[in-house]
Amino acid sequence: MHITADRDLCAAAGQCASVAGDLFDQDDDGVVVLLTAEPSEAEEPAARRAARLCPAQAIRIIE
Amino acid sequence: MALASGDSVVIVGAGVAGLTAARALREEGFTGPISLIGDEVHPPYLRPPLSKQVLTGEWTADRAHLLDPVEFDGLGLEWRPGARAHSLDIANHTVAVGGTLLRYDSLIIATGVAARQLDGVPALPGVHTLRTIDDAVALRADLGTARRLVVVGNGVLGSEVASAARKLGLEVVLLGRTAALRLGQLGDRLAVPLEQLHRENGVEVRLKASVAGLVGTGRVEGVTLADRSVVGADVVVVAVGGVPSTGWLAGSGLELSDGVLCNAVGCAAPDVYAVGDVARWRSEAGSALPRAEHNLNAIEQSLAVAHLLARGEPSPAVVPFFWSELHGTRIQVYGRFGGESPLEVVAGDPAERRFVAVTCEGRRVTGAVGWNMPRDFRDARVLVDQSAELTREKVLL
Repeated sequence: MHITADRDLCAAAGQCASVAGDLFDQDDDGVVVLLTAEPSEAEEPAARRAARLCPAQAIRIIE
Repeated sequence: MALASGDSVVIVGAGVAGLTAARALREEGFTGPISLIGDEVHPPYLRPPLSKQVLTGEWTADRAHLLDPVEFDGLGLEWRPGARAHSLDIANHTVAVGGTLLRYDSLIIATGVAARQLDGVPALPGVHTLRTIDDAVALRADLGTARRLVVVGNGVLGSEVASAARKLGLEVVLLGRTAALRLGQLGDRLAVPLEQLHRENGVEVRLKASVAGLVGTGRVEGVTLADRSVVGADVVVVAVGGVPSTGWLAGSGLELSDGVLCNAVGCAAPDVYAVGDVARWRSEAGSALPRAEHNLNAIEQSLAVAHLLARGEPSPAVVPFFWSELHGTRIQVYGRFGGESPLEVVAGDPAERRFVAVTCEGRRVTGAVGWNMPRDFRDARVLVDQSAELTREKVLL
């Protein structure tokens, strides 16, 4: 799996960092910071959940 | 309750709620036919940018679209753009769309809300509401040649339009019928800093100002207030809330009361579900909650219903969450703010224009608001999720 996070689309809601804090963080403005683009197999469900809950659809998962 | 492989799903409404439900059904492994009925001609799009980046011109309108055409095609939906549902027959499991009857095994109602109009005030060129992508494009074009905007409505949308218009350099007057500015489920709890934020950014806020009529022939030139004073305007935006789009469900037998009343998992009748702005879910204890007209509420309810249909399993209760950006200030609101319970600041300082505050029932945290402190707000969200008891240690001041 490969994750991308579009900082231009990001609405800084923080959903991703709330449900997958090992994969996503936020900068001081709340904008998404991708911690790793290549999650472990165990982290994949959290990555999918973060992408689905992103209110700006800024997170893409490439399986 | 779970769908069988040959079952068909009809989704009425092609906004974020309808599309999310369709997409989640596919992701959950459902391969049967899904019809997606949308009364607009555009593919599904996000509404939050319409009053922000699209209105300021930072984005072209098509950036608000939710999926690129390849992704959208890949879902294998029977998409019917520009189609309107007329009636629902629960006993026979059919929806009338145009001249045809569509049979469903499961129906998802996601028709959203329509912009409320001012009572007794006729339409006039230069007067806008903002709900659809076409509305946003038309308003953006009109603002491009305007000098002065009057916004009618003291809720979130009115505030966002005022903020966007200031960014474009217009003079802005924000009119509110009641005495305080409001922010979604927060009510008027942040009316004071919100009004201050608008004034510091050049918005003229006039409260307790009821609109009695419009001035102008051929094109709007201003609004008349109840005290007979006139506020001049080149453009007027009416942002006085939304009306659930349930007209087509009259006589269907569904319980309609400011939206489609559902149980705690979104079921309104056998094999009929409702999600998003149009849906009014009950709490697990059975009381009808207020509708939450928020993008994330639409997403989470749709994911929950798709999961229920595909797997037969309920999801945890959806907690209302919305955000706004006004004059560069990021405001985030999570949870419920019942009764008159006040806000208690747990981080930052309102005087410095950055803070996080929570509200409690008893001493249990039920809601959190962040004002330019997104990371600390995230910590406060956890307090809401845990219904944490607010103690001195939790106050991060």
